[in-house]
Amino acid sequence: MTVELGHAALIMALCLAIIQAVVPMIGSFSGHTSWMRLGHSMAVGQFVFVALSFACLATAFVQDDFSVAYVANNSNTLLPLHFKLSAVWGAHEGSLLLWSLILSGWSTAVALCSGKLPLVLSARVLSVLGAISVGFALFLLFTSNPFDRVLPIPPLEGSDLNPLLQDFGLIVHPPMLYMGYVGFSVPFAFAIAALIGGQFDSAWARWSRPWINVAWVFLTIGISLGSWWAYYELGWGGWWFWDPVENASFMPWLAGTALMHSISASEKRGVFRSWTLLLAILTFSLSLLGTFLVRSGVLTSVHAFASDPERGIFILAFLGIVVGGSLLLFALRGPTMRSVTTYSGWSRETMLLINNVLLVSSMAMILIGTLYPLLADVLGMGKISVGPPYFNFFFVPLMSGLMVCLGFAGFTRWKNTEGRALLKKGVLPSIISLVLALVLPIFMMDKLTWSNYSLTAVITLLLVLWVVTMSLEDLWLKSRGKLSSLSSLSGSYWGMLIAHIGLAVCALGVGLSTAYDAQKDLRMVPGDTTELGGYQFQFVDVKRIEGPNFIAYRGNVEVRSGGEFVVSLSPEKRNYKSGGQVMTEADIDGQLHRDLYVSLGEPLGDQAWAIRFQVKPFVRCIWLGSLLIGLGGLLAAFDKRYRRRRLQKSVNSSSEGLAFE
Amino acid sequence: MMLRLPIGLALVLAATVLLGSENLVQFSDESLRIRYQALITELRCPKCQNQNLADSNSPISQDLREEVQRMLEQQMTDVEIKYHLTSRYSEFILYRPDVNKTTYLLWGSPVVILLIGLIVALRLNRRNTVQVVSSGKTQIDNESRLAELLESGEDEK
Amino acid sequence: MNRIALFLPLALFVVLTVVLLLGLDKDPTELPSALVGEPFPVFSLPALHDANQMLDEQDLLGDVVLVNIWATWCFACRIEHAMLNQLEEQGVKVIGLNYKDNREAAIDWLKKRGDPYTFSIFDERGRLGIDLGVYGAPETYLLDAGGTIRHRRVGVVDDRVWNNEFRDLYAQLMDEKR
Repeated sequence: MTVELGHAALIMALCLAIIQAVVPMIGSFSGHTSWMRLGHSMAVGQFVFVALSFACLATAFVQDDFSVAYVANNSNTLLPLHFKLSAVWGAHEGSLLLWSLILSGWSTAVALCSGKLPLVLSARVLSVLGAISVGFALFLLFTSNPFDRVLPIPPLEGSDLNPLLQDFGLIVHPPMLYMGYVGFSVPFAFAIAALIGGQFDSAWARWSRPWINVAWVFLTIGISLGSWWAYYELGWGGWWFWDPVENASFMPWLAGTALMHSISASEKRGVFRSWTLLLAILTFSLSLLGTFLVRSGVLTSVHAFASDPERGIFILAFLGIVVGGSLLLFALRGPTMRSVTTYSGWSRETMLLINNVLLVSSMAMILIGTLYPLLADVLGMGKISVGPPYFNFFFVPLMSGLMVCLGFAGFTRWKNTEGRALLKKGVLPSIISLVLALVLPIFMMDKLTWSNYSLTAVITLLLVLWVVTMSLEDLWLKSRGKLSSLSSLSGSYWGMLIAHIGLAVCALGVGLSTAYDAQKDLRMVPGDTTELGGYQFQFVDVKRIEGPNFIAYRGNVEVRSGGEFVVSLSPEKRNYKSGGQVMTEADIDGQLHRDLYVSLGEPLGDQAWAIRFQVKPFVRCIWLGSLLIGLGGLLAAFDKRYRRRRLQKSVNSSSEGLAFE
Repeated sequence: MMLRLPIGLALVLAATVLLGSENLVQFSDESLRIRYQALITELRCPKCQNQNLADSNSPISQDLREEVQRMLEQQMTDVEIKYHLTSRYSEFILYRPDVNKTTYLLWGSPVVILLIGLIVALRLNRRNTVQVVSSGKTQIDNESRLAELLESGEDEK
Repeated sequence: MNRIALFLPLALFVVLTVVLLLGLDKDPTELPSALVGEPFPVFSLPALHDANQMLDEQDLLGDVVLVNIWATWCFACRIEHAMLNQLEEQGVKVIGLNYKDNREAAIDWLKKRGDPYTFSIFDERGRLGIDLGVYGAPETYLLDAGGTIRHRRVGVVDDRVWNNEFRDLYAQLMDEKR
């Protein structure tokens, strides 16, 4: 019964979405206020029904209703409750329902926060969001219905959730990631509304800016959670694989980052308007493209959803309508007038433009690399693979260039900055970072030989220290060295500073863990010891243990440093009861300056086991840095001026509303 | 205490200090191990979804790792080893595709895109420099409109 | 900005969509063989039924043959086996390559299910498999009388696959042989 209710709620949500898409849009042209207002209530109603539908599916999971095909395929009576709940979005159909839920959630947020917006604008924004909802609801109902029954004879037991997904990561990673992906539908809708209205002044840029920031923060956190999850769950110590699915989430992030920067120029200076509009369209289009790549089966990936050509066709058609339609609108109505506001020299505008060139080039490179195997296949050039060596080859220099520019971020002024003054500010930081970058790696060496001196570490440190010292110099100058004046700096300034330092911290983790990573694959019997990276590892024993839905061999490895006990690690080899899958659960001792990573391999007979030991210096900085980046975005999103101005806006909103007619 | 040892040194230490455990993959010369690691991370498992030989546990990956080890012991160069494998498993198993006429577009386009982007950015910049002189009036108009909309007192300092 | 330039993103998107549309038909997991058109690799391995009898690539010459890679641990091979028996009855010469298997189990398997193979090569370590570029069982190769590989099928050969991929080529190769 719940299942039918969920299905009906979904159909109801579709109907509301259709009204939300059509009526306010017509109203915005005919001038019927009540028609325009309808979008707001439809958005809220739609959210309620999708949430109800979602709750019904969750109930089916909790009650082990295996007559529902989706539940039978992705759950099991033995599955712990929290995994049953997160299994709701553990596979294609349910994760799409989560997409819909989050989309309607964002629409509701727009509807509730749009009081200060001109009605014509908010009506059009909600209409665009409604149209996207219609697409996803149709996709759910016609190709991927999570409420389909197994009839006539339902299975007695479900076939279990993929063990890789039975983890805390599944609980938090997809919702965060989708909040980001889907959140970019809001600036997209703002851009489309602006194109329809033909009004591209700085107002639309400022209205969409907080939405962009918030969506971007979610995406940042979502991606880094995914990376952290892969790191501890896949069991072999990698944290980024340049897998198509990872790329699918990283491309919108890069485009979104470019958007965040270019929109500040559009808001403050009225420049790059068509470019900013295009980026807003591009960012959400890349989110949709990601959905297509992950679910259509055109690319092989470790994380791919079960693929189905019918779904592929549907998403492609949807992609064609949404993206093709918006790009056509952009081509026909985009602002051709060259921006009259001017800038010159090393102004902030120029630096933001270079930032955009580097970010968008990286994004384009990843897009080309990800799709090239497909292109080669379509053109009959054979099957090729494009993997990490290709992506790193381009990405590392591009990001290095970005970090060099980023050092100047705080010092640049709108309109014009004198190049010589900028260079002067860079003198001290560059001397400090050069000296430290050359000296610090010496302390990482055990023996003073050139082969131990890591060039990777030198370059990493040089870039990281450059960004940090430049940021601190800027902070020093802005606060005039007084602690009391720190509090007068704006939230968006702090946001920028923290996000930039976060990027440096992240780069530190990437660079140093690459430079000083150490690994050994050994055959060990209990009692054996080994030395790696200044630590002594002793393999104590292996015990058989029983989990809720698996049996595992749990190894015990004691780690000492200079004879002193550090930690005891217990990597596991799990055998899941229902599917028989074998999983490697690594055990990690994580500290800021290093991770000790031990994974248990295969039994080799005579009590011997294959064990992989890894010492990864500073690897934790990667995720710490991404958290800082997210925190920076959050500070910028909740900068006081957005709220203050919104209040003031309400005073003259009526006159501005006219501007959109 | 030294924070960390570089990988090369750590491996040398591992070879000299006998601690009762032995390497899973044995080499006559420890310098081969570094090349072995590099090769198996750059070679793709032909059967798996998207994994390199180092991370994959599938039987075919185990076989191919052994094959790489055997070829290294026979003093074959990296190029020879890759050729040996691509002549059997096709270019598909190379994660770093060779530069040839099917991949010019792949290796070339990022560079082209970056150059076009930088040229456009710099040209916009130069054109605007001229406009500072020529269009002073429009600039003021636009700014007053902006000021109206934004009360632009506060710069992003 | 020039109006024409604003159409550029749309044009790029159309190209992308066409590529994606064409890509939907492709199976990304299917690998082409690097060996089609090449001679069968050199090998020297014992026969399955007689450990003392050594076989090599010369034994494949003189006839149009199918070389079928199989193993008792391979589930799909069970499905394929009936088809191979049927082909053998039709007079097609099928040679087995028993891949990474246990000798007794393999012989037992053939006893139970019928033996369609003129002879089976016993590749215990999978060395010939690597030289062939095998990445799983079953796989089937079509060789002409001169020992050159003319076609390769990864996965099960059933009626449909035989009719679509093998039948005409097989007939043509038989004609060439005459």
